[in-house]
Amino acid sequence: MDTAFFLRWIATVTERVRAERDHLTDLDRAIGDADHGSNLDRGFTAVEEALVTTSPATPADVLTTTGTTLIRKVGGASGPLYGTLFRTLGRSIGDVAEVSPEALADAFADALGAIMKLGSAAEGDKTMIDALAPAVPALKVSFDAAAQAARDGARATTEMRARKGRASYLGERSVGHQDPGATSMAIVIDSLRAA
Amino acid sequence: MVGLVLISHSARLAEEAVALAVGIAGDDAPIRPAGGTDEGGLGTSLTKLENAVAEVDQGDGVVVLMDLGSAVLTARAFVEDRPDVVLADAPFIEGAISALVTAGTGATLEAVVAAAEEARTIGKLC
Repeated sequence: MDTAFFLRWIATVTERVRAERDHLTDLDRAIGDADHGSNLDRGFTAVEEALVTTSPATPADVLTTTGTTLIRKVGGASGPLYGTLFRTLGRSIGDVAEVSPEALADAFADALGAIMKLGSAAEGDKTMIDALAPAVPALKVSFDAAAQAARDGARATTEMRARKGRASYLGERSVGHQDPGATSMAIVIDSLRAA
Repeated sequence: MVGLVLISHSARLAEEAVALAVGIAGDDAPIRPAGGTDEGGLGTSLTKLENAVAEVDQGDGVVVLMDLGSAVLTARAFVEDRPDVVLADAPFIEGAISALVTAGTGATLEAVVAAAEEARTIGKLC
């Protein structure tokens, strides 16, 4: 996978976040502060511009620019979290022109660890980690398997009680709603298939 | 002198928290607010945090106090590349006052962080 692959991946994520913006915000209205879709859309729109301006030369450049822009532009909790995801992927892949599937899977494992540390969160807390964590081992199989695992993981958050973020203040009332962060994470992983 | 930054979801909350801390603890040590998003809404801004840290940084270290949620995550992402900036795990208001009093005496970075975090253990009704 080369620089063009990663640019297509981010472009697909940008397009799908834009298309799903209202859906993500509706999910966030149920248990959060109703800004997840608009925050992510603003962030990825800024990423789109940044990738044109900087014309990154390597896969790591694409990922680092994406992450840094998200941290700066999103404004909500998903900014530092997704920013850390992409920055860690970039750092882990390193300065190479071609990324093997194994190296990408390893980079995702590093990114999962970094997000868990940043958010002091674990699987089962009803967060984006519940979509990302099952996708990481599945990436060793195929993008299709990873996308399926992420979607299943996101769907499973519906029955969970939130232990992190604003939704955790709701306690039991957070049960019955799919987590918006896990839903957007499933979009990010699923977009690998289209890249 | 150790500097302090208060990062909050709300620009006005951060500003008023700074004013309260200065009113009680004095202005011997530098302290700045970093509240709200770049657009002025509720949320946090890495750019505002960076600017506030730069303003209070006198070379002896900077302590950041956060309110909650994205303030914590933004601050944590920021300090990844800044070992001279330390996050205090402390109540926002009480921690800020305690840290500012201590910083104003010319205390070390470690002592200021400890003062902020000590505020967690002080009860209000006992």
